[in-house]
Amino acid sequence: MQEKTLMKGNEAIAEAAILAGCRHYFGYPITPQTEVAAYMAKKMPKIGGTFLQAESEIAAINMVYGVASTGKLAMTSSSSPGIALKAEGISYLAGADLPALIVNVQRGGPGLGGIQPSQSDYFLATRGPGHGDFHVLVLAPASVQEMADLTGKAFELAMKYRMPAMLLADGTMGQMMEPVVLPEPKEPAAQSPAWAAVGTECKRFHNVVNSLYLDPLTLEHTNFERFERYAAVERDETMWEEFLMEDAEICVVSCGITARVSRNAIVEARKRGIKVGMIRPITLWPFPKKPLQAAAEKVKSFLCVELNMGQMKEDVELAIRCKKPVDLCCRVGGMIPSPDEVLAKIIKANEQGG
Amino acid sequence: MEYQIVIAGFGGQGLLFSGKVLAYAALMEQRELSWLPSYGPEMRGGTANCNVIISDSPVGSPIVQNPNVLMVMNTPSLDKYEKSVAPGGKIFVDSSLVSRKVERTDVEVTYIPATKMAGDMGIPTLANMILLGAIVKATGCVGDEAVLAGLKKIVSAKHADLLDANLAAMQAGKDYLA
Repeated sequence: MQEKTLMKGNEAIAEAAILAGCRHYFGYPITPQTEVAAYMAKKMPKIGGTFLQAESEIAAINMVYGVASTGKLAMTSSSSPGIALKAEGISYLAGADLPALIVNVQRGGPGLGGIQPSQSDYFLATRGPGHGDFHVLVLAPASVQEMADLTGKAFELAMKYRMPAMLLADGTMGQMMEPVVLPEPKEPAAQSPAWAAVGTECKRFHNVVNSLYLDPLTLEHTNFERFERYAAVERDETMWEEFLMEDAEICVVSCGITARVSRNAIVEARKRGIKVGMIRPITLWPFPKKPLQAAAEKVKSFLCVELNMGQMKEDVELAIRCKKPVDLCCRVGGMIPSPDEVLAKIIKANEQGG
Repeated sequence: MEYQIVIAGFGGQGLLFSGKVLAYAALMEQRELSWLPSYGPEMRGGTANCNVIISDSPVGSPIVQNPNVLMVMNTPSLDKYEKSVAPGGKIFVDSSLVSRKVERTDVEVTYIPATKMAGDMGIPTLANMILLGAIVKATGCVGDEAVLAGLKKIVSAKHADLLDANLAAMQAGKDYLA
């Protein structure tokens, strides 16, 4: 086991990616994730990897497509407006069934917005990371430790299911330092996967990496096949954490930094005798529907705590089929609710009952 | 005891560094901690701050709402954070730079002319460390040995001379309290 060290969340992502065997990073600077690129710029040349600052976000994601086509781990990182620019490339990656890691350290929007923390790309990540019918894996870290752990996990799942993964963090997670135990290093895979376009050496047919299918029946088939894989991901890879849910009458649902804030509020509410717990989705796609459905049988109401106008609230309502009321506690634009604000909502929910 | 610390002042005063020293010291003591800086344009000449939490149990929100330790190195920061300090909390003021007194009566206040002292000592950029020395002594939030070990992690071997200067500044802060 490696030693506990102090790292910024952004640095933990970069180091964890290298430890996972990633040797190809393409990016373009934007606050609040620039430390990822800065770390890669320092480290990659020393270990025979590639750090490339592209001319734009769009160029960077297409470079990722190129490396991913050869079956190697490739990544890019950006923040909200930069991720929007990458949407086309992400769709092409999905269409070509390529694994890749896209890191989004979210900031306030829409437009250029601001540079302070946000979770307003929830829809972008879980609904529309590009055109067409597809998903990307979406992982939402809530600590620097998870920034590292989920980076490795994202690569692993992306490769296993041949699909892009997005690490959906926020400015706070990127900028804060916490103790972290880094994972054991893995060497880049010596063998290319069977589908990789790495040259045939005249021993097999060509592998073609492509997202263009002019025959509708073939294209339909690729979509169906992809969604069969998605079903397996939903069945086997959904991740979440429960906190004080055993006897909870109110269920807070929150991810990332707001889950941390909510935790303080829940501890305080418990001191006042309010039975409240939390389900923290770790994967946002696949969304942890089952634990929420189970909670809906027991609790009186739900409270979503988010840095957006209630994007995840829709997923909670869908998951529980609107069986119980779902309230929202949110701040946006780079503001973060205080534990007191969350506590006030919990108290209100407790007074209202079901 | 959970230490909820806010360090605030102008960008360039070494506020984030001061917080880092506490964070690394806490790491050396195998304690739970978080360090959260303000980021963005405010760091260049505007107000900057960092939040440090040192605890014996896992840290919830890394954002400090009601600090029980506040260090301020300019008047705007005192204006901004004075009200938020938890009752019984400790405020450490660089009285060379902060033009007014603390108005709260339910907190413990220490005034140290840190910037003037640092100038007199020939280490004008280390006023932050004078205040930090006082904080470490007055609160006991981290131990002296851990601070030394932490500082060694942050200050590279290339700048070993700066390690001594930092330690001297912290000692001056401790001595000022005596």
